[in-house]
Amino acid sequence: MAILKHGALQPNEWQEVSDDAALPETGSVIVSLDRWRRDEASLRGSNRAIGVRLQNTQSPLALSNDIDRLSLVVLDFPKFSDGRAFSQARLLRDRLGFTGEIRATGNVLRDQYLFMTRCGIDAVELPEGTPIEGFLEALSEFSVWYQPAADERTHAMALRRGGKHTGSASTVVNDSVAAMWAY
Amino acid sequence: MYRYDEFDATFVRERVKQFTGQVERRLAGEITEEQFRPLRLQNGVYLQLHAYMLRIAIPYGTLSSKQMRKLGFIARRYDRGFGHFTTRQNIQFNWPQLDEVPAILEHLAEVEMHAIQTSGNCIRNTTADQHSGVAVDEIEDPRVYAEIIRQWSTLHPEFAFLPRKFKIAVTGAAHDRAAVRVHDIGLRMLKNEAGEIGFEVWVGGGLGRTPIIGTAIKPFVEKQHLLSYLEAVLRVYNQLGRRDNLYKARIKILVNATGAEEFARLVEEEWQSIKDSALTLPLEEIERIRQYFALPEYESLPDWTPEFEAARKANPEFARWVQSNVKPHRQAGYAIVDISLKPDGGAPGDASADQMDIVADLADDYSFGELRVSHHQNLVLPHVRQQDLFALWQRLSGAKLATSNIGFITDIIACPGLDYCNLANARAIPVAQRISRTFSDPKRLAEIGELRLNISGCINACGHHHVGNIGILGVDKHGEEFYQVTLGGSSRDDASIGKIVGPAFSTEDIAGAVETIVTTYLGARTSEAERFIDTYRRIGIDPFKEALYGNSQARRPAAE
Amino acid sequence: MSTQMVTANRLTDGMVVYLTNQGDWATQFSAGAVLAGEAAAEAAMADAAAAAKQQLIVGQYLIDVLIEGDSIKPTSTRERIRADRGPTIEVDAGSWTGRIGD
Repeated sequence: MAILKHGALQPNEWQEVSDDAALPETGSVIVSLDRWRRDEASLRGSNRAIGVRLQNTQSPLALSNDIDRLSLVVLDFPKFSDGRAFSQARLLRDRLGFTGEIRATGNVLRDQYLFMTRCGIDAVELPEGTPIEGFLEALSEFSVWYQPAADERTHAMALRRGGKHTGSASTVVNDSVAAMWAY
Repeated sequence: MYRYDEFDATFVRERVKQFTGQVERRLAGEITEEQFRPLRLQNGVYLQLHAYMLRIAIPYGTLSSKQMRKLGFIARRYDRGFGHFTTRQNIQFNWPQLDEVPAILEHLAEVEMHAIQTSGNCIRNTTADQHSGVAVDEIEDPRVYAEIIRQWSTLHPEFAFLPRKFKIAVTGAAHDRAAVRVHDIGLRMLKNEAGEIGFEVWVGGGLGRTPIIGTAIKPFVEKQHLLSYLEAVLRVYNQLGRRDNLYKARIKILVNATGAEEFARLVEEEWQSIKDSALTLPLEEIERIRQYFALPEYESLPDWTPEFEAARKANPEFARWVQSNVKPHRQAGYAIVDISLKPDGGAPGDASADQMDIVADLADDYSFGELRVSHHQNLVLPHVRQQDLFALWQRLSGAKLATSNIGFITDIIACPGLDYCNLANARAIPVAQRISRTFSDPKRLAEIGELRLNISGCINACGHHHVGNIGILGVDKHGEEFYQVTLGGSSRDDASIGKIVGPAFSTEDIAGAVETIVTTYLGARTSEAERFIDTYRRIGIDPFKEALYGNSQARRPAAE
Repeated sequence: MSTQMVTANRLTDGMVVYLTNQGDWATQFSAGAVLAGEAAAEAAMADAAAAAKQQLIVGQYLIDVLIEGDSIKPTSTRERIRADRGPTIEVDAGSWTGRIGD
């Protein structure tokens, strides 16, 4: 598996560990939500980066108290038409204030990549050998957006009012009233 | 009406470019049909019975004469000379070629139109009252909010892959002409005790396999919280809506399964955490959008002059048309004109390219260049001077656009049915045509009075038959087309789902069955003032059952 | 023995097409190959799958057809309407006369 992150393929520095397997001696690990709950104390205490893989039926709010200890959350697109992970990403970013990596796995179309980044997903796991040019092209397909989301991209509502969008949807935006555009 | 600024124009251009690329990739085999399908659906391209179908968005049913002319151009150049106006205020073309769709979209972009999100599991066209801005009972123009919602919902990154389609409607009047109670989200504008205007939020209404009237989950949302509240509803739906069964994936199923109270609580919880975010609508933004919907410069004119009355008296046909197709306007001296797209024996909601050009001209001449599309599949000229009504009527008559049947039994709402649609079990249009011819006598129409008749060719109910006073559902019985009748539906303030009256009728018998129903009503009503729906509610379904199926009454054959 | 035919839509223009004996796709139902029996049907569907992979057609499926003497007809109302290549009603296309689908 290759990881597309911040515009380039990156090596996968994480190890996925199943619920019953022993943790590797060192290195960053991804565990299921169940395992995180079960072994939380020892995982917290360990001197390693922890990631949790959420099924798309699990609410990120289950990690409310834990988000500070996690460096990675893995979200799933079992089918590309199943868009639950978009909301999971929004909740992680906006509600929980998660600043670590959110990684999408499963079935994804390059045409969803832009939506993913807008929702706060910053990495995508792709089958080995997938050409990434399409994904990168997809990122620049739109230069304007109507609505605020979890990313830093400026959106029309703010721009029209002459304001600068500086935060995510969960922060209050102070905009000036003067419109930038004449109509 | 709304005019694109640089954002909107850039956005649509980029969207056209994106879809053009996607079509190219599809034609070159770089993506499969399975991968392409959600992409083309989100650009309004269906694969139908005979060909592709393109559904173009007409946001909240408002369009300009320039846009209407462009639709006529597209009908001629890229299609077969006609289009079909739908029950969600959009327009459909039945014969576009996939490899020409990018060109069509470019033409549309030139006049600030598009086909974005008219299909797919995303938020669809937000519809509104077709008499917005000018209706006498209006509290506030709902299109201001429909436009705000349109922008918020367009390419919303979180809600592009919902469990299923999502439809929002807004009404801003005392009387709901937008059928908000049978939408996924229905917004009803009202004044609270403090005199502030806000939204009553209905959720989980819908037709189709499991028709249901929605529930009001929030009695009052202030304007500035509109978008954050909608976002909360959609976020809950996106996470919890069923993904395992296509037929159980709408929000109405979720609301029902969760319970309305619990559902409202889940939304409230989400909303509380986002309500003061960047989604908050400043009053200035609302006012900025409102400027686009400013009313035209009306003249100061007297209302219903003696000259007008004289013209009415002198011409009974004109008088009939005024009675049924002309509605009062908030501005003295003006009127709202409903243009019927239901001529005798016609396909409901269809308009030829010629007719599109004609109504565009009429809009320029008589209505400040503005038109509306109603979810009853008719058109509206919203700003007509009463003194122009006679001339307008004459020109409409010349184009088969002056049928005096708005709200009457021949103002039929029908889906395209098996003549066009891949999903259909039976044809709807021939049934509509037959019923239309049966009741074509204008005197009889007026005598029968207000009667909504809806026909759907399958259980997906795009003809909204569940909320017809008389609803007809086409079914397939052993490979033959049969028609099941429901009675007592309504899409208005008194919204109700129709009840099945009995076994389905054959193609030969269905028009006669409708006649029998009408005759039963006429015989039972207390006066001409008692509408069909009122009589039905008073006497119940049994007298109709009796008349249709009871004893040895021979059914009247359908009139030719 | 079942008698069937393979039908689909042409990818570029969406026109209804039928798989012929020559292995190409015709818009006329009468040119479609009648497939007798399961084996023939399966083989034809495999050809159709290949055509889909070549971006010629989309949405291929089998339909039942009835042979009555010299005439062959689809059995279902839906496919009969489809084979007629247009709605069963007369459409008001105004003064439009151009571009007829083949």
